[in-house]
Amino acid sequence: MFTAQEYARPATLAEAYALNQRRGNTIIGGGGWLRMGRQRFHTLIDLSGLGLDNIKEEDGRFTLGAMVTLRQMELDRGLAGAFGPLFVDMAKHIVGIQFRNRATLGGSLAARFGFSDVLTCLLALDCEVELAGAGTVPLPRYAQMPYDRDVLARVILHKNGRRAAYESTLITHTDIPVLTCAASALGDSLRVVIGARPGRASALDGLSLADGPERAAQAAREYFSFGSNMRASAQYRRHLAGVLAARAVRRLQEVNP
Amino acid sequence: MNITVTINGTRHTGEVLPDLPLLDFLRGQGCLSVKRGCETSNCGLCTVWLDGAPVLSCGVLAVQADGRAITTLEGLQEEAAQFGAFLADEGGEQCGFCAPGLIMTVLAMARELDDPGEDEIRAYLAGNLCRCSGYQSQLRAIQKYLAWRKEER
Ligand SMILES: Cc1cc2nc3c(=O)[nH]c(=O)nc-3n(C[C@H](O)[C@H](O)[C@H](O)COP(=O)(O)OP(=O)(O)OC[C@H]3O[C@@H](n4cnc5c(N)ncnc54)[C@H](O)[C@@H]3O)c2cc1C
Ligand code: FES
Ligand code: FES
Repeated sequence: MFTAQEYARPATLAEAYALNQRRGNTIIGGGGWLRMGRQRFHTLIDLSGLGLDNIKEEDGRFTLGAMVTLRQMELDRGLAGAFGPLFVDMAKHIVGIQFRNRATLGGSLAARFGFSDVLTCLLALDCEVELAGAGTVPLPRYAQMPYDRDVLARVILHKNGRRAAYESTLITHTDIPVLTCAASALGDSLRVVIGARPGRASALDGLSLADGPERAAQAAREYFSFGSNMRASAQYRRHLAGVLAARAVRRLQEVNP
Repeated sequence: MNITVTINGTRHTGEVLPDLPLLDFLRGQGCLSVKRGCETSNCGLCTVWLDGAPVLSCGVLAVQADGRAITTLEGLQEEAAQFGAFLADEGGEQCGFCAPGLIMTVLAMARELDDPGEDEIRAYLAGNLCRCSGYQSQLRAIQKYLAWRKEER
């Protein structure tokens, strides 16, 4: 468990950003991940007073505040209407509903975990993140950026007709995933995202949905790099990448053959 | 820092350190049903409700609960006893260690989901680990409790 001397609930995003520039201070979302560490913080900066806890749908896009919980994403009717079971499939293995009632979208993306179901899933869609300092940045770029002291305020998710399916493999039901995979299609243009490689998720664009699941599986095995850790070997992950990519593509084809 | 929370319907004001887990705060207020298990958000034992939604009190800070309503097992005695009877009848409680968290989650589910099927029950309770029961007896107890509850309404 971490320690902290002060707690602040700023009234504006600018104030939160300014506070976060001080070394030793930290943003706290749900706090679920922070509490696993033993860091010594000066001030915890809680974003819960900024109205960043809702999902809005307008002008062909969803805007999700950083404090939206994973459970909100699972249950949101607008997201389900646009993306079917995608966000349920993304979140259902993350610890349990009590945890997902607190874990935030902002914390999940800002931490940029290699194993992140959330990052894998959102990379399959067309998203930008709104940062308090750096402004609007496409998610694929944010995913590769080094950690800095910026504050993630919102995620913009374009509702452009892209459909996606999510797959993952776990050793036990609520464990961290061995491999994550999302496939998405806009028309015939197919994208495959693989995460928990165990490195950060990344995307392969420019495939064709019409080429079918086996071609996508082969591309996933060949394009991505894989590593070994306590959960699986690189070789096993490479094999799984093909299996999960094929499954996800099959699901995309079933919905819209 | 000074916080005001409502615990089981009663307002409490107290001075807390910014890094005090809600779990410790609640136990300090006499809510000894709130148990410490893994302390790493994995077991579900420390489940309480925050504004009616089940959360892990080991992973929430007391300061984050400021201005909000907390419910613990102490505030749900009657319902807990009703469900507990089904748990006992089905042999769903062996060492009993997981029971406080399980009961809090089941009672939250009974409010949130309308007539959940087996898969929905399993998904809702995935975060409540039990080392003894193998979950089947718990599942039977939950299904029978929900059916009884429906008839009672
Ligand atoms: C036991 C356990 C198991 C998990 N299993 C999974 C899993 O299987 N799959 C998965 O995808 N995830 C998993 N996670 C991660 C989890 O889903 C959340 O992503 C994680 O807890 C972060 O969300 P949070 O709101 O709790 O963030 P916090 O713990 O509050 O913050 C995490 C980090 O992000 C920073 N941060 C938070 N919000 C912002 C913001 N708005 N702007 C800038 N920085 C910010 C914090 O300073 C901190 O460094 C697991 C976590 C735990 C503790
Ligand atoms: S003690 Fe909180 S989840 Fe185990
Ligand atoms: S009955 Fe022993 S842990 Fe559940």
